[in-house]
Amino acid sequence: MSDRILSCSAALAEALHEEMSRDETIFILGEDLTAHAGIFGQFKGLPENFPGRIIDTPISETAILGVGLGSALTGMRPFVDLHFSDFVTCCMDELANQTAKIRYMFGGQVNIPMVIWCPDGGGLRAAAQHSQSLEAWFIHTPGLKVVVPSEPADVKGLIKSAIRDDDPVMVFQHKKLFARQGAVPENDFTIPLGRAAIKLEGKDVTLLSYGSGFYLCEEAVKGLGHLNIDAEVVDLRTLKPLDMDTVARSIKKTHRAVIVHEACLTGGFGAELTARIQDELFDYLDAPVKRVAAKDVPIPFSPPLEDYVLPKVSDVVEAARAVTYR
Amino acid sequence: MTNQDQDYISYYRTMVTIRKFETLAGELFAAARIPGFIHLSIGQEASAVGVCSCLRKDDYLTTTHRGHGHMIAKGADLKKMVAEIFGKKTGYCKGKGGSMHIADFSLGILGANGVVAGGLPIVTGAGVSIKMRKTDQVGVCFFGDGAANRGTVHEAMNMASIWKLPIVFVIENNHYASTTPQNYACSVNDIYSRSASYNIPGTAVDGNNFLKVREVTLKAVQRARKGEGPSVIENKTYRFRGHFEGDPQKYRTESEVDAWKNKNDPVKRFADYLARKKILTKELNQQIWHEVETELKKAVAFAEQSPYPEPQEALDDLFTIPSC
Ligand SMILES: Cc1ncc(C[n+]2csc(CCOP(=O)(O)OP(=O)(O)O)c2C)c(N)n1
Ligand SMILES: [Mg+2]
Repeated sequence: MSDRILSCSAALAEALHEEMSRDETIFILGEDLTAHAGIFGQFKGLPENFPGRIIDTPISETAILGVGLGSALTGMRPFVDLHFSDFVTCCMDELANQTAKIRYMFGGQVNIPMVIWCPDGGGLRAAAQHSQSLEAWFIHTPGLKVVVPSEPADVKGLIKSAIRDDDPVMVFQHKKLFARQGAVPENDFTIPLGRAAIKLEGKDVTLLSYGSGFYLCEEAVKGLGHLNIDAEVVDLRTLKPLDMDTVARSIKKTHRAVIVHEACLTGGFGAELTARIQDELFDYLDAPVKRVAAKDVPIPFSPPLEDYVLPKVSDVVEAARAVTYR
Repeated sequence: MTNQDQDYISYYRTMVTIRKFETLAGELFAAARIPGFIHLSIGQEASAVGVCSCLRKDDYLTTTHRGHGHMIAKGADLKKMVAEIFGKKTGYCKGKGGSMHIADFSLGILGANGVVAGGLPIVTGAGVSIKMRKTDQVGVCFFGDGAANRGTVHEAMNMASIWKLPIVFVIENNHYASTTPQNYACSVNDIYSRSASYNIPGTAVDGNNFLKVREVTLKAVQRARKGEGPSVIENKTYRFRGHFEGDPQKYRTESEVDAWKNKNDPVKRFADYLARKKILTKELNQQIWHEVETELKKAVAFAEQSPYPEPQEALDDLFTIPSC
């Protein structure tokens, strides 16, 4: 199997293409899908190749999510495109009260093999209602799995696993990363849900991140190198289920951890992960766990304001210095 | 000139202002001077001005992602608008909102909205407030053919009807919701006809005919002011530009767009009417375009010379008491 260079967007389309060819019950549902192959061009090639299986809907998020759910209960494997992750608010009942609870509430009688695909994140000057990172809401909703890929290979491998999974999986893909390129294995390559990756090895501090946070860490490693701080970067990739084994392995080596995410600080995934680390790895820590996150405000429009609110590479460097006391 | 003639000239001037404002915004966006993305309302000026010409300053308005024209028609300050779109400190929202999130509460403009059909429940709430405060204000909500398919529309209209709220729901049917044609996404051709199921009177209008839009809106506004309840108006219109600036527009043909532009330009249609009635001379028309251009240039210069907000100002305005 050889690797090619693909964008995150192309990796998504390839994963869908392979899965839709394999299984006729998979279909894509959402707004504005066929005319431009998705509003970000993310479904390139799919409308031509799978006519009738990539379905434009009216602007009706409540029904879009509900229709996905109803079809999943009755033999289909829907892939629901939420257009912008922000509009998940318009279908919260169908997601949080229905999709997340039906299997459990009805005593495990049915499976809900559905993917909810949510383009998220800031940095595009799209302001408060088109820039959010909402993954923590769904971590806090038992019954949903949560995946946040960063690199193109992760996108392909995780999307394929999410589609094959028999439970509802929310996938958050950062809008600013669609064009990011990277090596992607050909053919039937999957990454199991719930498996993190140590993407850069180091011995002084563990940087725990996912999605756009991964790239901040990757950049920060260079700056930290100049300070003779040898950082290890763990890309969590799946937040629920969480791969605590990989987190533990890394922290047992470095004894220090910094958690990095683009979502705002309070109640973010970093809070949950910090709690898990202090509970399970307290004796291995040589410093308090630090979190790097967006400030606790909606994402503002004006460039200097947005840049101030979102976490930066220098924030990661500072946090790593703080926990290594350097 | 009669008083009415003068009013008509002033409405025309507002339509020209919207056309010029949007054209300029498109140019500034193309020149990478505006961050983010913008949605222009060129081609829909008669709807904005026709409706807002029937409103008082203290009437309420909610608008959409395509809201520049509605704001201008309700009397918004051009300098503060351009400054906001540029992300400057002197903008309407101190740079926090941008093109999709402008508001002027002093003019009753309860906000543009980045969430499609977000304005309907809000204007319904303004209607409840008007009723409880016993004033004769009116609330108007602009929304698109695409927005018409959201569940919030159903909930808001039903409530407005059972409580006889002073609301005018204005559908701007420009035949597309982003890439999706209205005749694909809507169960009916005439969206206003849905109002019958809420027991609300509804009408469709040639939305590019200023006088028709105004005539129908005047009636609806009067009805609301008298406490007789809500109305639905569907302005059939067309957006001349893409959904957003930079839209590849594969969902429609150039000839379709050209046909509207050439035969059904609302600004030109009103100008022709005024010329036929000898209210608008060639000279006056030129003067209006020139004056509008000068005013807009001033607004752009103001925005350009204005400072960006200080980064830390991002933390202001979240709560009434900042330390929370
Ligand atoms: C709830 C929600 N869903 C989807 C979108 C993305 N979106 C923004 S504008 C738009 C099309 C709106 O069409 P319409 O209501 O007809 O208004 P127009 O753009 O034609 O003025 C879409 C799908 C959104 N902003 N909010
Ligand atoms: Mg429309």
